[in-house]
Order: sequence, then structure tokens, then C-alpha cells
Amino acid sequence: MRVTIDGVPSQAAQGQTVAGALLAAGRTSWRTTRHAGKPRGVFCGIGVCFDCLVTVNGVADVRACQRVLVDGDDIRTEEP
Amino acid sequence: MRVVVIGGGPAGLAAAGAAAAAGADTVLVDSEPVLGGQFHRGHPQRVDARVRHLANSTVWAVEGMRLHVRTGQADSPSRTGEVLNADAVVLATGAHDRVVPFPGWDLPGVYTAGAAQALAKGQGIAIGQRVVVSGTGPFLLPVAQSLKAVGAEVLRICDANTGLGWLGHPRAASPAKLAELLGYAVRLRSAWRPRTAVVAAHGEDKVNAVTVAKLNPDWTIRSQERIAVDAVCVGHGFTPRLELAVTAGCTLVDGFVAVEHTGATSVPGWYAAGEVTGIGGADLAAAEGEVAGTAAARGSHPSRALAKVRSGRRFAAALAAAHPIRAGWHTWLTDDTLVCRCEEVTYKDLRAAVDLDAAGTRTFKLTSRVGLGLCQGRTCGRAAIDIATALASDRRTFFTPADLQRRPIATPLRLAELASLPEEDL
Ligand SMILES: Cc1cc2nc3c(=O)[nH]c(=O)nc-3n(C[C@H](O)[C@H](O)[C@H](O)COP(=O)(O)OP(=O)(O)OC[C@H]3O[C@@H](n4cnc5c(N)ncnc54)[C@H](O)[C@@H]3O)c2cc1C
Ligand code: FES
Repeated sequence: MRVTIDGVPSQAAQGQTVAGALLAAGRTSWRTTRHAGKPRGVFCGIGVCFDCLVTVNGVADVRACQRVLVDGDDIRTEEP
Repeated sequence: MRVVVIGGGPAGLAAAGAAAAAGADTVLVDSEPVLGGQFHRGHPQRVDARVRHLANSTVWAVEGMRLHVRTGQADSPSRTGEVLNADAVVLATGAHDRVVPFPGWDLPGVYTAGAAQALAKGQGIAIGQRVVVSGTGPFLLPVAQSLKAVGAEVLRICDANTGLGWLGHPRAASPAKLAELLGYAVRLRSAWRPRTAVVAAHGEDKVNAVTVAKLNPDWTIRSQERIAVDAVCVGHGFTPRLELAVTAGCTLVDGFVAVEHTGATSVPGWYAAGEVTGIGGADLAAAEGEVAGTAAARGSHPSRALAKVRSGRRFAAALAAAHPIRAGWHTWLTDDTLVCRCEEVTYKDLRAAVDLDAAGTRTFKLTSRVGLGLCQGRTCGRAAIDIATALASDRRTFFTPADLQRRPIATPLRLAELASLPEEDL
């Protein structure tokens, strides 16, 4: 499968989540908090904490740890 | 007779299988793309072919025996809706990690123990190369084992308790469970440190070191050392996912769904099984699921599963007694330690809200904004109650677990989705 992460094409495996792909690419944070601008990435890993939000195919606030990648996905993070 | 099982972990799988075997028209609704829940992640499970399995499907609201379901990719606005009418419901929504806050726990590179486990088992990813595992409870051992299996070096496994308390209850332990735990203990003993904890994480944009403390029995700090790491994972047991149980009106006891020996809750037609009813591991969850699924479908008494439930609960009680959360963790906090990660509410902010003499949950929450963010207090709720109660020195009660779990919409829906719901769906 081919996906793009912040405009960069990359390969993804069946069953890989957006968080899995970002972590595999060496990213540990991809968003900042509203007030203090602190970096956030994965915390709970199972969809509970909402730390890991990304934009997928133009839809904002998708939990990266829950969203399984499909061919052609365009992932945008707040902090490329 | 139609039985709807919510949750496809060990408990829900067993419940659906048992309900179908007892002749009920059975539907299994699970949020994940594949069955297995937390325990079987990476090893997709199958369910009895007579069960209708709705994958990628979340029950987001309940009204009596009507369950509202959304199906589709996580958080996608194009999910589709469905209403299921049930004659009996088995709630098996499981649990998520409980974590007590400490300075720096919001730095990237700090994960829950469950996240480390889920990433290792489900995605083949090690959260770091040099990792410290910290918290309390037997779950830390399989997590450390999985981390090693995906190539991480586990520098320390810190249990804030001695971890040996359950040896005082040998009758409670099943031989298989004991053997499993002893196996881990042998393989991991060089890293294992009782009565220690990660009490701070350091770094600018990512964790680069942790402070590991030797603890007193009440979890106050005796001495500390700094260890360079690139990741840390933390788990202090689990918190049940109760929102559907609370909306359905099920009575809770000690923060879990109260059940009879059949798995029946206080609400007629509603049954519960697995970690929503108490934390005891996958085998117990599966036995409870079999019992509750059978009862929900009015099948005949599964006496072997009932016996397993009884012994499993004894073991679970012994484990829980051996891994208490001690109040000394409050002394790890500094004024600007975040308690609520979403709304960025600090320990100092909570103190200010308590000093304002807020009257109870709602005012306390509104004053401090604790638990009002995206996760709705799922991550910080228990810690916030503990802190507020300690600061108020028993003058007031702040919340009950049910208050914290009162979320009539169990999972966030998109505005576009809400707008498109047909009228009878609302
Ligand atoms: C992240 C994590 C990892 C874990 N890993 C292990 C491990 O490797 N080994 C181990 O021994 N124990 C592990 N545990 C402990 C584990 O919770 C239990 O051993 C066991 O999985 C509990 O079974 P269960 O059926 O009660 O719940 P779970 O296995 O948690 O299953 C609950 C299921 O319900 C689904 N669900 C929740 N809410 C809804 C809803 N509203 N609508 C539809 N579906 C819903 C969830 O997606 C999940 O699939 C882990 C716990 C966590 C939190
Ligand atoms: S990491 Fe918690 S929701 Fe994704």
C-alpha cells in the first residue's frame, strides 16, 4: 500500500495504523496542545486519551492509534 | 430471542459463542477491525459461525434495550448507523490502563503499559531502544517481555509494591497462572525492582531520562537516581470502560459493574462480563463471558465455567490486594505537573479549585476544567478524584466513579454524523 505522510510518499503494510506508520518513521510527536503548545504523540495506544490526533484525507481529529491505513491515505500532522 | 454482545475481547467472544450455542440469535459488536480485544491483539480470533459479527462498529448510545451503533473506519464521518433491538445485552467493553500522574508524564516517549503492549503485539513496534517499565501489577511483566521481543532493552521493571503479596494467598492462585508469572519472573529478574517507581520524566520535546526512586511502603520517596532512556511506559492497573453501563443504569460497586453469579447486572436484561466487572485477566474474562452469554440466552447452567469464575475471582482479589495504589504518589507532583492532559490542568489548578470550596463534581470540574477535554476524564479522572479528596481532607466528596463515567455519548461522533442521523435514531 502507498500512503503519504505530510506530503512524503511511503509504503504501509496491511493492518498498520496511522500511529504505527508515524512511529515507524521515527516520529514520536505530531501535535501540540492548545494552551501551552506542548508536543503530543501516542499515549494510551487504544483510542482512549485523544493525544494522537491527525488529519486523514482532509478529516481533522482522527485518532492515529485507531485508524488503520488504506491504500492512498493522505496523512497530515500539525507538526510536520 | 436476540442477544447483543458489546465488545470482542476474551469476555465478549466467549459470551457470543455461548449465547449462539444456547440457540439465541446473537450479534457481536466490536470497535476493532478484528476480534480478540486487548489480550489477543496481533492474533485475530474467530467466533462461532452463527454469530453476526459487526466489525469496526461502536455502540455509542443506549436507550433501554435499543443500541445505537456506528460502523466504519475510526472517526470517519462516513460511518453508517444502525439501531439494534436486543432481548438481552452482554456488556464486555473491557478496561484501559490506569496511570498515576508524575512530573513529565505528558512528554512524548512516555506511554501507558497497554500502549507499549498494543504497539508491540499489534504493530511490531518497540516504543524505544532503552526503556523503563514502571507502575504496579503483574501486567508489567508481559509488557517487558513483549518489549524485549521487539528489540527494546528493558533497563528496569519498577513495581511500586513488592509484587509478592499474592504469595500470601497461594490457594487463590491457579497453578497455570502461577507458572506463567514465575516464568516471567525468572526471565526478567535482572531488571525487576520492587518498591521502586519512575517519579519524573525529563526532556524538552521528548523524554531523555527518568528519575527512578526507591519508595517507602506508602510510596513516598526514599532515594532517587537518574537513568537515561528514550522511552518509558507506565501502568497502575486498569480502569473499566463503564460509560454504557452507567447510561444503561447498572449499579456499580467499587467502581465496577456489580453482577450476580450469572453475570446479571441490576438492570433486567443487561449482563456484564470481563474487566468491566473486575480486573482478573483474560482467562477469567472468558469464563465470565461464557457464564453471562449462557444466562443471557437462557441456556443451561455452565457449571465448569462457573467454577472457573469462582477460582479466578479469588486470584484476582489476591492480586488486587497485592497491588494497591498508595497515596504517597501525591508527593511526586510539583505545582506545574499536569493532571488533566487534555485541558492542561495542573496540580496547582486543582488545589485552587478545592480551596474555592467547590461543592461537588460539577462545580469542581467547571472551576478547574479537569476532565472536560477530549478524553472526558478517562485518563485523569481517578487521579483527579484522589487528589481533590486528599486536598479537601474528607470535608467533601467530589465525585463518584459513576459521575466520572456519565457520558451519554460513549464515543465522539462528528457533527456531520449527528446531523445525518434519521429522526428515529435520535
Ligand atoms: C492496552 C491493553 C493491552 C493489554 N494487553 C494484555 C496482554 O497482552 N496480556 C494480558 O494478559 N492482558 C492484557 N491486557 C489486560 C486485558 O484487558 C485483559 O486480560 C483482557 O483482554 C480483558 O478482556 P475483556 O474481554 O474484558 O476486555 P478487552 O479485551 O479489553 O475487550 C473489550 C473490547 O470491547 C471493545 N469495545 C469497548 N467499548 C466498545 C463500544 N462502546 N462498542 C463496541 N466495542 C467496544 C474494545 O474495542 C475491545 O475490543 C491489556 C489491557 C490493555 C488496556
Ligand atoms: S494514543 Fe490515546 S487515543 Fe490514540
